[in-house]
Formats: sequence, C-alpha cells, structure tokens
Amino acid sequence: MAGTEALAAATRRRQRRGRALAYAALTIGVLVFAFPIWMTLVGSTHDVGTLGRGDVPLWFGPHGAENYATAWTTGGAGTRNTFVVPASTMLLNSALMAALIAVGKIAISLLSAYAVVFFAFPGRMLAFWLIFITLMLPVEVRIIPTFEVMVDLRLTNTMAGLTVPLMASATATLLFRQFFLTIPDEYVEAAKMDGAGPVRFFRDVALPLSVTNIAALFVILFIYGWNQYLWPLLMVNDRTLETIVVGLTKMIGTGDSQNEWNTIMATAMMALLPPVLVVVLMQRWFIKGLTETEK
Amino acid sequence: MQKKVIFRGVALPVALLLPQLVITGIFFFWPAGQAIWSSFLREDAFGLSREFVWFENFADILTDPNYLAVAWNTAIFSAAVAVLAMGVALFLAVQADKAIRGATAYKTLLIWPYAVAPAVAAVLWLFLFHPQIGLFGRALNAAGIAWDYKINGGQAMTLVIIAAAWKQVSYNFIFFLAGLQSIPRNVLEAAAIDGARPTRRFWTIVFPLISPTTFFLLVVNLVYAFFDTFGIIHALTQGGPGLATTTLIYRVYVDGVQNLNFGSSAAQSVILMALVIAMTAVQFRFIERKVHY
Amino acid sequence: MASLDIQGVTKCFGATQVLHGIDLAVQDGEMVVIVGASGCGKSTLLRIVAGLETPTSGAVLIEGQDVTPLEPADRDIAMVFQTYALYPHMSVFDNMAYGLKIRRLPKAEIAARVQEAAELLSIGHLLERKPRQLSGGQRQRVAMGRAIVRHPKLFLFDEPLSNLDARLRVQMRAEIRRLQKRLAVTSLFVTHDQVEAMTLGDRLVVMHEGRAAQVGTPMEVWSRPADTYVASFIGSPAMNLLPASLAEGGAAARLADGTVWRFADGARPGGEGREVIVGIRPEHLVPNGAEGLALAVELAEPLGSETVVHGRLADGTALTARVPGAVVADSLRVAPEAAALHVFDAATGRRLDPA
Repeated sequence: MAGTEALAAATRRRQRRGRALAYAALTIGVLVFAFPIWMTLVGSTHDVGTLGRGDVPLWFGPHGAENYATAWTTGGAGTRNTFVVPASTMLLNSALMAALIAVGKIAISLLSAYAVVFFAFPGRMLAFWLIFITLMLPVEVRIIPTFEVMVDLRLTNTMAGLTVPLMASATATLLFRQFFLTIPDEYVEAAKMDGAGPVRFFRDVALPLSVTNIAALFVILFIYGWNQYLWPLLMVNDRTLETIVVGLTKMIGTGDSQNEWNTIMATAMMALLPPVLVVVLMQRWFIKGLTETEK
Repeated sequence: MQKKVIFRGVALPVALLLPQLVITGIFFFWPAGQAIWSSFLREDAFGLSREFVWFENFADILTDPNYLAVAWNTAIFSAAVAVLAMGVALFLAVQADKAIRGATAYKTLLIWPYAVAPAVAAVLWLFLFHPQIGLFGRALNAAGIAWDYKINGGQAMTLVIIAAAWKQVSYNFIFFLAGLQSIPRNVLEAAAIDGARPTRRFWTIVFPLISPTTFFLLVVNLVYAFFDTFGIIHALTQGGPGLATTTLIYRVYVDGVQNLNFGSSAAQSVILMALVIAMTAVQFRFIERKVHY
Repeated sequence: MASLDIQGVTKCFGATQVLHGIDLAVQDGEMVVIVGASGCGKSTLLRIVAGLETPTSGAVLIEGQDVTPLEPADRDIAMVFQTYALYPHMSVFDNMAYGLKIRRLPKAEIAARVQEAAELLSIGHLLERKPRQLSGGQRQRVAMGRAIVRHPKLFLFDEPLSNLDARLRVQMRAEIRRLQKRLAVTSLFVTHDQVEAMTLGDRLVVMHEGRAAQVGTPMEVWSRPADTYVASFIGSPAMNLLPASLAEGGAAARLADGTVWRFADGARPGGEGREVIVGIRPEHLVPNGAEGLALAVELAEPLGSETVVHGRLADGTALTARVPGAVVADSLRVAPEAAALHVFDAATGRRLDPA
C-alpha cells in the first residue's frame, strides 16, 4: 500500500509541475508577443532626442501627451525624405476604407449567395464558378494590369478606387452559401405558405438568421480592410487619402535614425490599436469568423 | 449544392449577382486576362511598340539567375515562417489546452497580433532591431556582433522572418487550440488507461488527430508567406540589401511599378497565378477529403 | 372551408414515377388521412396539393377551381410541417402573425386572430417566447396556430405528430381531431402511422407504391380491405395471410395442411382449386379446445386483458393470434370466426367477394 501512496504522490507532483510549466510557458509567450508593442508604447512617451541617441528606455517618459498630440494634429515636422500627414486624417481614411470594404463585401456576398442558393436559373453554376475562381486571383498577382484598369477608369486617388475593387469576395460568398444551405427547406415552404416571396423571405428570414455570421465576418473583414497595404500604396498618392498603415511606413522611409521616432511610435500605436481593439472586444465573433471562413 | 425548395424567377437572381459579377469582371478577370496577354508581349526600349514574343518573357525569367535567387529566397522565407509560426503556435496551444484556469485569458492575450497589419508588425520589430535606436540592435552591437540588417542579408532575412512569423502565430494558435479541444476526452483517457504517458500520448494520439489542422495551416501559412508579407518586406528592408529579402511578390512589384518592365512583370504574375491555383487546388482536395470522412 | 378534388395526378422525378394517377374527392369539412409506408408517395401528393410541387399531369381543384398553376400563397391553404418550421428568430406571436402581415391585414385584426387561436390551443401565455424556449408539444401547437389564424380553405398536415413522444402524440391526436371538427375546415393529413390514420380520419386513403390502394372510412378499410397490402398494413397486429385454394365449389378454403375453413358469407367465384390467400385478423382467431389448428407458441406478449401469441402451424406457417386472458401453455388450438375471413386472389392480391 505504501508503494501506491508514493506513486500517487509522485503523480500529483508531476501533474502540478506540468501545470506550472504550462502556465510559465504561456506567460512567457504572452510577454514575448507583447514586448514589441510594449517597447513601442514606451517609446511613444519619450522625446525625439532620447530615442535618436539610442537610449532605449523600458519605462514611460513624460512626453506621451505631446507626442500623441503632434502625431494626431500634424504628423510631425518631417525630414528631407519624408512627408507628413496628420494621424487624424489617416485614421479617418483607414476607418472609412475598412468599414466600406467590410460592409460592401458582406452586402455583395449575401446577395450573390442568396441568388445562387435559393434560385435555379440558367448560368447559375457559371456565376458560382466565376466568383469561386477569384479566390485564385489575389491582388498581388495582378497588380500592374489592375492598376492600369484603375487609371483607365479614373479611380486612382479616390475612396471608391480604394474600396470597390476589394469588395468582391469568394470567401464571404462561400460562407453565406454554406450557411444558407443549412436553412431548412421547410422554412422556405412555410414562407411560401405564408405568402412570402423571395424578397420578403430574404428580409424577414434569411437576413435575420445570418446576423451572427454577418457580425463574425464583419470583424474579419474590417481587419482585412484596415490592414490593406499594397493596394493603397499603389492606388493613392494624394496624401489626403493616405491610410495610416501606409502612412506609417512612409514616415519611416529608409529607417534613418534622424527620424522623429517619438511621433512615429505614437502613430504606430494609433495604427494598431483600432483593429486590435476590434479583435479583443469582439473575440467571440472574431474566432467564429476566422474558423468559419476558412472551412 | 442547391436547395430542393427554391423560388422561381431569373431576373431577380441575376440582379442580385450583378454587383459581384461586375466587380469580378472589371477588377479580376479583365486584369488577369491582361496579365496573361502582356506576358507574351515585349515593349521596345522607348515604350513605343509592343511585339508578340511567345514565351520569351518566361524563358528570360526562368533563366535569369536573379529570378532564381529570388525564388530560392521565397522558398527559404516561406518555409521558415511556416515552421516557426506553426511550431510556436502548437507549443503554446498545447500549453493552453493543459491550463485549466485562465485558458480564455491567455487566449485573448495571444490572439491579438492577428489584428496587427503586416506593415505595422514590421515597424514594431524595426524599433527593436534598428542598429542605432533599437534595444536589441544596440545590444547585439554592444555584444560585439555587427548587427545591421540594412547591410547584412542574412540578418535582414532573419528579421523579416521573425516579424512575419510573430504576426501569424496567433492565427495558427487559434486553429491548433480548436483542434486540440475538439479531440474527444475519452480517446485521451483510453490512451491513458492503455498506459501511454503524456509525451507519448501527444505524439501517438494527439498529433495524428490534429494532422488535418496541421496540413490546413501549412497551406495557409505558405500562402500567407507568399502573398501577405509584402507589407513587411516593403516596410522593413525594401527587398534588400541587394536581393537578400526580395520574394517573388516583391519582385513583381519592383519590375512592374519601379522598373516599368511590363512584359516581365506580367509573366511573373502568370507564374504566381499558377502557383496560387496549385495551392488552392491542394487546399480544396484536402477539404473535400475532410468532408468525406 | 371548401371541397378539394384531386384529378388524375401523376408525378415523375426524372425517370422514377412516384405517383401513378391519384383521384380523390374531399368533401367540405372532411378530414381525409393519407396513410402509407415511407416512399409510397403520400408526402409528394400533399406537397402537390400545397403547390410546393407541380404535378407531371392531372389537376388540383379547390372549391371547384383549378389551382394547379397557382403558387402556394394564392391557394388559400395552410400547412403544418413535420419539423414545424417555426422561424427561430421570431416570437410565437410573430410566427403566427407572419402570414397575416404579408396579407396586409389590419394590426388589430391580426392581434385578435392570433389571440383567438392561441386561446383555442392554450398557448396564450407563450406568445412572447421564441421557438427554442418551447417544448416539443408547445411548438406543435404554435405550428397549428400558425395554420389556424389564416382561416384557410384547407389544412394540410405533413406527419405533424411524428416528432412527439408517444404520450404527447396520443394527446395531440385527439386535440387535432377536436379542433378540426370544431373549425370544420377541410383537411388532408399525411401519416405513416395506421393507428393515427384510423383515429383521425373521416376517410382514409391507403397509398402503396404511388397508387391509392383503397379509399374509405376507417371501418370500411379495416373490415373490407381491398387487397393484401391494405389488409396487412391496417390493423395491429397485422392480419394473418395464409396461402390456400378454394374448396367445396368456392364456399370454403383449403389450407396447405388440408384444413378446410368454410366461409360464412357465401361462395367465391373461380371454382374448385383456385389459388387464393385467406386473411384472418389475430383477434378473430378464437381458442377452442378440439377442432382448431394446433399452434406451437413461440412468443406470448401479455397485454393485460389479452395476449398476443406468435406461433407456428404444424407445417411451419407463422400465425399470430390475439386471445383473451393469459397464455401459459406451449401450444393451443385456434379456429377462425367464419364471418371474419377475408379472401384475396393469390395472383393479384385483390379482394374476392362472394359472387
């Protein structure tokens, strides 16, 4: 009996140790992941001299308010090889772009998925495949000709040019199609009995039932829109339309140590905060959106 | 594929599809067609005339040692990002799966880097590894290691890999954790009763059971490393020094936007399209298989 | 309230024909139950009446008007679905009111109708709830309510009780019957459950392989089944069907083992030796001491007041009897009530009546 006793104690010890290790590993992981942001946050509260000298502080300095104010209102003084746009303008542009892309993608995809699932008409499969194939044509592989189309349509340097071409979405269409297929046939039949046609059924049944999917998708697509880089980089040289992600890297230029690093760090914080907040606050929708769009 | 019970009509569904089809037509198919068409053309030095040159652009690219070097860079970069991001994510997911209390809190603390734009991620790491103003950059130099990613190609590559992997870990973490949590407890209990110790349980039961997730993530990570890391490279190294961190995507951008070499850029685009199609096909074959099980 | 006429309705799905010409006339206020095994075409027939499917040929008339080309919404009918098909995001009230709102009834009228139906079904206290907060029986009532508020010409029921547990099913069965009588709405009720069919219908349509094997009142169908399929489908336990040949010039049947059963109601046509099938319901086999058939008991199922005995005759033919009281013996002798014998043609399975 004593042997069992000892074994049990050893097992308990091992389990405790295992759990402690798990917590330790997770904590280290969290810290490693947060560290770059911590340094940026801290950096954004020091003055340009401290940062430029390379005296890297690990704790907050006294210049936070003024750095953020500078970034917000003017974007800093700029140097000979950088131009500045106030972060307030860039944030507004980014928010508008992200929201338009998310809403546009959702609306367009909902409608197409509804058409493909709830109707039989000639060309239905063709339409579906045309949408599906766009999965294989990311912006990155057709940059130059797409840019030429934008020039021909005079859409460069416009908010429409920034957003409309990104609104087509095979992924979102597939997601909504998948969801619509799970709506029981009986609902459609019951609606027909009740006298509802396709438009009413969409408004009164299909759309309200899609609300959670829409919310989940919105989170993912908002982040997708906010984080666009190559597209705005190509499409916009009018700096009043600059988005904050592109604007931030333009502030850095070639990474000269003479840059106004304090303003840049404040801008970086402002560039990453909105999408991070969306993910953290809407975590449930975010995970649902992420796992379902990828299946 | 479709419902048994449907509504009648042709005009309405076509109208509903129209916005999507117009956008894909104008901004996807037309440019993609243009890319394919221009990949067979060559412009003269003054941009005055275009000549149909069959596969010469492709031949030039595929025999260009620079292009092959870039392809090799891309392979190294993608493989490193995938392995690093997936390895770290799997390790953390296993720990989070073990942690009974606070698992949700850790989850929240680990998933947010997903929301950080690749270009912003690059900026954050630049602050750390800048040779003059970065904490680590300075520390490395102080320790006698000549750290300057703007001069040293290997260092530049390391930095873009770290920045790219850092951002992707959270995505992988979410899927690995979901995969781990979907393993039925009684399968693990059965293995425990069969006498398998935790480590053995992991490699003989858990790992095979999450292999579909692993495979799926491998494809997603490769696609990410190929296409979504443009911002990281552009913001951090601009493909340099030399060609050290130029990937295939970055090269298309450089040739098309900076060098205005349309024929070559288009041919490169076509090669990339073929790559995406191959990857998508692999992914969908895999999903189909998963559906059958 | 209206009459319903189904005229020569056929339906093909691709190459498979599921309905082979159905004719049925339902009187005003009548409840007709369509019963049959799964795959017999009963649901398809109902959905054709509803307008959810289009017949390949034939016509559906409501109140004498041909509604075949009309959409469901234009037929003025209501349907209770097997899965209830309650809209999950709408409250009970909204579910019941939805069809009325689409028809643009005044708000007050809608509220009054829903209230009335809810009281009729005693779900007045549930109107604010969502379907997922309801029990199976309550959902069933809401589905009924949704049909009732419409004041339709026709009620269609598609196996509405099959998702309920046994006790609730019996209770709802009675309630549906009571409501239908009270509202006097012409109704078509589809089920695979023959007890449900017997208890609910003014008349039954027994369907088999896309045809109406028999149409009649429950008692007609039970006492004079039109063929061997109906004979074995209606009644529980199922009727015994024994191969035999006509004897005594058609006035009796000779079973395989030579036993002769004489008919009480006269001779069947076809003469001596005609191959027939003799049917006898288990409850019409009476135990009698001496001259009955010897039945080796394989299984006795006591039901309290009576016992269902499954056994075999000397030649191995299976036979089921329902006898009063308990059975403890290994064997017993049973004989048929002569008046309760059914005779069917061996080749076609059709009922043979005295000439």
